[in-house]
Parts: sequence; structure tokens; C-alpha cells
Amino acid sequence: MTAIEARPATPTAVGPGEPLFDLRDVGYKYAGRQVALDGVSLRIWPSERVALLGANGSGKSTLLKILDGVIGPTGGTIRALGRDVAAVAAGEDGFTFHREVGLVFQDPDIQLFSATVLDDVAFGPLQLGLTQEEVRERSDEALAEMGIAHLADRAPFELSGGEKKRAAIASVLSLRPEVVLLDEPTASLDPRTKWVLVDLIQRLAAAGRTLIVATHELDIVPLIADRAVVLSEEGRVVADGPPATILADRDLLIRVNLIHEHLHGHGSVAHSHPHAAADGHHGPGEGAVGDAPPEPAAARRSPD
Amino acid sequence: MTTATQTVPAGRARDAAAGAHAGRIGWLEQTVGGITSNIEHAIFTERHARSAGWLQRRDPRIKMAGALTAILAASLTSSLAGLALLYGATLAAARASRIPFGFFVKRVWLGIPFFAGIVVLPAIFFVPGPRVFDLALGPAHLAPGWNGLAGAALFVSRVGVSVSLAVLLVVTTPWADVLKSLRALKVPQVFVLVLSMTYRYIFLFLHTANGILLARKSRVVGRTSGSEQRRWITGTMGNLMSRAFKMSNDVYAAMLARGFGGEIRTFDTYRARPSDWVALAGVAAVAVAAVLAGRILP
Repeated sequence: MTAIEARPATPTAVGPGEPLFDLRDVGYKYAGRQVALDGVSLRIWPSERVALLGANGSGKSTLLKILDGVIGPTGGTIRALGRDVAAVAAGEDGFTFHREVGLVFQDPDIQLFSATVLDDVAFGPLQLGLTQEEVRERSDEALAEMGIAHLADRAPFELSGGEKKRAAIASVLSLRPEVVLLDEPTASLDPRTKWVLVDLIQRLAAAGRTLIVATHELDIVPLIADRAVVLSEEGRVVADGPPATILADRDLLIRVNLIHEHLHGHGSVAHSHPHAAADGHHGPGEGAVGDAPPEPAAARRSPD
Repeated sequence: MTTATQTVPAGRARDAAAGAHAGRIGWLEQTVGGITSNIEHAIFTERHARSAGWLQRRDPRIKMAGALTAILAASLTSSLAGLALLYGATLAAARASRIPFGFFVKRVWLGIPFFAGIVVLPAIFFVPGPRVFDLALGPAHLAPGWNGLAGAALFVSRVGVSVSLAVLLVVTTPWADVLKSLRALKVPQVFVLVLSMTYRYIFLFLHTANGILLARKSRVVGRTSGSEQRRWITGTMGNLMSRAFKMSNDVYAAMLARGFGGEIRTFDTYRARPSDWVALAGVAAVAVAAVLAGRILP
């Protein structure tokens, strides 16, 4: 079995017809007062590809940490792979749970805490109690899968941003989890690395993994997800549906701050239209979201 | 024209102010320079550790054991000839490992005579025995003794050889391997893991501190007093500490996310080859010769 090999569509921990994740009225408050999530109810099924969409501070990262059982909700209930996640977060059965669910953190400097890349990638398999040979085999496969086998003996501080991101993903793939949670996997990456990661996500999906990807980069959503869940800036689920439907709802996207609308002057005519949050003005993502038609090239040259 | 003639003095005044201002923030710039230099220096030494030399090819655990054996011999030998033998072998190993001679010798000997000399200075005058000279300075006498000088030379040489061996180990071995090879000495795993993580994150926080200082420098457009600078430095230290605390929580969450259950497990990738054992035997032979030299030679 390799780091991305096809596996059963339904993990053994979940019965047929049961959701992998079942969240009911889940809330989370930082320091007991700062609301990150509010009344989130959601069901995620085996082999789904879900994009969690929301502006900065909408609670996407917090939701992923809860789904991974590294923090417990401060309100509501959540069951994941047949377990109570609050109990997992409290330290009960976390060992087994994290074999099945892997989280790639947004900041790779947090994830890469060992002195070398190889040590980091080997960290997860070592916790599984595997032999040194098995750990080596899994680590080598994950490194090769991410195209960074040549960086195995390098220290994380020597890596570029894209290399760190690949190493962070390799450190999760070496666990061979059923569910992969990715927090802003393509943020701040150069185009080549970004599309390498999009390709990886598609291969993981093709191999039957359940994928939950938090992002606010709308241009990649149709490529990586078959379901989009939108979080408002208050940490509530405000939409849940196919990406095409969600991305066509311009008013929704403006309301949750995923796109913005501003006024242009086109000669003597004032004209407004939306931009995705990650786009530059008149960027390539324009026209992919909202219901405003793309403007003619000549019109785009008009001064803002 | 009038505007131009007015602009020139204004520009000069600004330049003068900038010059005074530059003088004022000089110590901050020095701090930035020091931090950057430390980072670069560490990376530079890693560069030596990754070159294809004789010691770089050795198993780190064998290297660690060899270095400790030689340092033990340097401590046990009581002759300069024995120390010279050890130092000669150290230089030969450095040469075979492509360590630049000037870099290696300067790194050790620029500091050692000063610090070790301070420690041993009183012994030169207080050890009994024949004097080299006796200079009367009023009621006091400046009279270094031969025995004291010989003891001081032995002490400084011993420190120099020991530090040379330690430096050679460090410059020919990536820090990650130095730390992991401590496991061969039965150092507890938790200690090794904490050291590794400290090494990993100290660079991150140095970079962060560097970035904060440069960001400040780019926005300082007026004069700042010494007290303002000190206030800013203390505030920044607090900020860094908060970031470190938050990051420690996040890192722990990242460890939990990969199945960490409180038990430390480390990955052993080392395989000692016959050539490594031969090298260790060679070091042991030199060490024994150095110790025996103390009994045979003066």
C-alpha cells in the first residue's frame, strides 16, 4: 500500500448509511468569550470532497481542529468515525482516532517541529508503534509522493514556503489516514506548487479518501470539491450545496466577504462588479464567481 | 527657482537629521546584524557538515564516541607531547574532512588562550618552585614560576585540544545528527526531543525577531530617545514571548494530531559500517598513545 492508495469507500468504524462526521449545534468560544463557531450542524459522508469556505476569522481552522479532535467543542455534540470527538479531545482514544483522521495545519512551521524533514515525516508512523523498517518505508513513500525525497535530511528552516507545505502534507500522508483535513493548503504558494497540491487533492479523492479543505480561494473550489459549505464571519453555516450553485450566488459570497464589489469608471459610465477575495483586480478568477458577466478586455483597462 | 533654493537646505537638514538618527539607532542595527550573523553562521557550519569529507561520511554515533574518547585522553594525558599528538590527529582529520584550516584554527584559538588564560593566570604566580624572574614592585613581587608556566601551558593546550575536538565534531555533523546521536549515550529520549525542538524553533524566533526589528527600522522616520528604544525592546520581548507561548500550544496540537500520546519515540536512521568501526579503533589507538606519552615523555 502506498501513501495514496485506493482504500474502502467506507471506513470500518462507520456502518453503511452512517455519516463520518455528525455535528449538531457545535459551537466554540476562545477564552470562553470570543465566538469562533456558533450552532454548526453538518453531516459529512465517506469519500466526500468538501470545501469549507469563509473569510478570514470565520472559524474554518477552528472547525478543522475540532473535526481532528485536537480541540473539543464548547457547545453541541460531534461524533466522528463512531466516536465522541469531545472525548477524543480530552485524550480518550486519540491514538486510534488520529490513525484515521489527519490534519494539515495552515502554518507548516507549526507542523514541522523536528530537526529534519525525515524526522517529521516519520513522527506519525513512529507513534503507531511500527518497526523502524516500516517507518522508513512509509516515510520514503510519502516524501516521494510529494516530490521532496531529496529534502529528507534537510532542516525545515532551510526550506522554501512551498517545500515546507509539501513536507507538512507528507508528514500527514505517512499516517495513511482515511480522512484528510487541509487548512488553506494553497495559501501563499507559487502557481506551480499550488497546482501540484490541487493535483494531489484530486488523486487523494480518486483514491477514495474523504477530504475536507478549508479555503477562501474560490478558483480552486470546483476542482477540489463536490460540496461547498459556507461559513459566515460570525462562524455560522449559511450555505451548503454543490460548488457551482454556491459560487453562482453572488449576494451570498458578498455577504460572507468571499468576494467584494466596488465601483469602476468605464469612460463616463459607472459600473460595479465583484472580485474574489484572493483575486487582484481584474484577475483570472474574475467571472468565475457571482452572476456578473466578465467584462470585455477593452473595458478592463479603464481606470479604477 | 525660489522653490529649488529653498528645497536644498531643507534636504540637507533632513540628511543631517537622518545622520543623527542613524547614530541613535546604531545599537539596534547592531542587534539585527548580530542576529542575522548568528543565523548565517549556523547555516554556514551546516554547509561544512554536508560536504563530502572523511568525517562527514562517518556514523554520527561513532563520531560522538570517538570525540569523547579523544577528549577523555586529552584530560588524562599529562604531557604536551601527548596533547600535540592528539592535536596533530585532529588537524589531519579536519584536513581529510575538507574543513578550511584557517577557519578551524581561528575558531578555536582566538578565544581559548584568553578565557583559559584568565582561569589559569593565578597559578603561574602561586605554584611553588623556581621563578623565571623576580620583579620587585614596592612591597609586592611579580615572579612567575617555571612550574606554574608549565602547568598553565598544559592546561591551555588541554582546553584547546578538547575544544578543537568538540568543534570538529560539530562542524562535520548536522546539529540534528549531533542531537540524535546523544541517544547512543543513553541520554533520555525526552531530553533529545526537547533539544531538537529547541534547535528547530530557535531559528524561527530569530527570524521573527529579525523581521520585527527590520519592520521597525523601515518605519522609524524621526528621532527616538534611548528610553523609547528600551521600552520598545521590552515590548517586543513580551510580544515574542506571547508568540512563543501560542506557538508551543499549536505545536502540541500538531503533535496530538499525528498520534502523540505522551511517549517519545525517535527514528533511528543510522547504520554503522566496518569503516566506521575501523575509524573508531584508530581514534582509540591515538588516545591510548597520547595517554602513554605522558608516562614516557616529559
